Amino acid sequence: MGVGIKVEHLDAWFGKVQALHDISMDIPANHATAIIGPSGCGKSTFVRCLNRMHETIPDARAAGKVRIGDLDIYNGTAAVQVRRRIGMVFQKPNPFPTMSIYDNVAAGLKLNGFHDRKRLAEIVEHSLKLSALWDEVKDSLKKKSGASLSGGQQQRLCIARALAVEPEVLLMDEPCSALDPISTGKIEELIFQLKENFTIVIVTHNMQQASRVAEFTGFFLLGKLIEFDRTEKIFTTPSDKRTEDYITGRFG
Amino acid sequence: MPNSSDSGPIRISLRRRGMNHAVTLAAASAVLLVLLPLGAIFAYLVYRGVGALNWAFLTQIPKPVGEPGGGMANAIAGSVLILLIASAMGVPIGIGAGIYLAEYGRNRMGDVIRFTADVLNGVPSIVVGIVAYGVVVLAQGHFSALAGGFALGMMMIPTITRATEEMLLLVPQAIREAAYGLGIARWRTTLSITLRTATSGVITGVMLAFARVAGETAPLLFTAFGNQYWNWKISQPTAALSLQVFTYAISPFDEWHRQAWAGALILIVLIVISVSALRVAAGRGMLKGIG
Repeated sequence: MGVGIKVEHLDAWFGKVQALHDISMDIPANHATAIIGPSGCGKSTFVRCLNRMHETIPDARAAGKVRIGDLDIYNGTAAVQVRRRIGMVFQKPNPFPTMSIYDNVAAGLKLNGFHDRKRLAEIVEHSLKLSALWDEVKDSLKKKSGASLSGGQQQRLCIARALAVEPEVLLMDEPCSALDPISTGKIEELIFQLKENFTIVIVTHNMQQASRVAEFTGFFLLGKLIEFDRTEKIFTTPSDKRTEDYITGRFG
Repeated sequence: MPNSSDSGPIRISLRRRGMNHAVTLAAASAVLLVLLPLGAIFAYLVYRGVGALNWAFLTQIPKPVGEPGGGMANAIAGSVLILLIASAMGVPIGIGAGIYLAEYGRNRMGDVIRFTADVLNGVPSIVVGIVAYGVVVLAQGHFSALAGGFALGMMMIPTITRATEEMLLLVPQAIREAAYGLGIARWRTTLSITLRTATSGVITGVMLAFARVAGETAPLLFTAFGNQYWNWKISQPTAALSLQVFTYAISPFDEWHRQAWAGALILIVLIVISVSALRVAAGRGMLKGIG
């Protein structure tokens, strides 16, 4: 089951440059929430703060409070624990190139010390079915390398890999921007189904995509959260002038 | 298809085609120039050495001067022993240092290690031999296979370190992030994901280092020292192919000259075999990462 995310007064820096300013938002459980905004507005930085990936960059740091379900992720929780409960899918598909399809999906569990082979096989199959890739790869699970798949398949493989560790939240950082329209369609369909079991936060450049997949949308500008509301509201009657300017294409 | 008056089969200008051939030819001749010395050396070794090669050469120890026959079996075994010791020391330290430099070494300490490795790489091999003499031979009180392995191992370290570092840096950051995103700890990511992704490059580095020290003679002169008899103890003076070839080549006896050629041939064959074996093993996935 998904859990809600409560962000309070989140700030983030790259060295001395502040990338996020005092972000507070309540992301509801079992829904998809889109994060939109022009390039460089802090969208990616924001989601990377939610699973503490931000701090893997040298000199980067974050401050504030983020609660995911009952987990206070910046207080008393190890980063690796946080990331096991919050899956992430990146902009460019990044399967482990030397591993088979099977090992790619199993990697998160295996390398965290899970070795029940029978159970592992079940989880791999389940995850690949969830990410709608099973039928395309079931005959070559251990024969083909993850890197041999097409771009869209690789991205679904990465989704399966993230789902295999059974997270409660799935963060997607522009998951379709490197994909063709057909693969994009497949991933969007997938997001629809995944909402039932996971809370999804998706960063996107594509406003149509935001309106198709997400019930809630947050608009970021220059490191600040300008507006956060139901998606219809944002796209039809935004309350902030800057949101309106952005979605009508006046800038960005 | 646009319909213009000059459409038809695409015509590539004579100049472009000529240039294409010229550049291809230049590249091919460069390859030939690289392969030629290697081929020539090998062919000459076979020509001079194969005559003295026989079963006795591979299975017997040297006969006293003046007596015909005998072989270099003890030197072949000694070389294998010394190289095993060298690899046992050089490979883990080299790979470990390379991992440190690539994953944790973007700081002052890293710069110091990098510089040290580069300087060590340029130290003449005879000097490395003197160091091994001071550190191991003097401490033990006599020459030994261990001292020879120590010297060669020390020479392997910088090559492997720098190769490992470069290969790890070639692994895209996105791969590491994918692993972090799954909640895999950093050390685990380094060993099981990053190093595994770079395995074939790291192995190339190991092979280069191995092949380089396998033929070294100078550092063994006053470490392993050489031995006319069988020795399997790592604490005792040990024969090595390169030493034996050196000794025989500067001797005044024709018989020994022929054996020196054969020894050099065996040395090269041994290097080729071990390097290919490592390649095959890596290709079959026998050496994939840890865990």
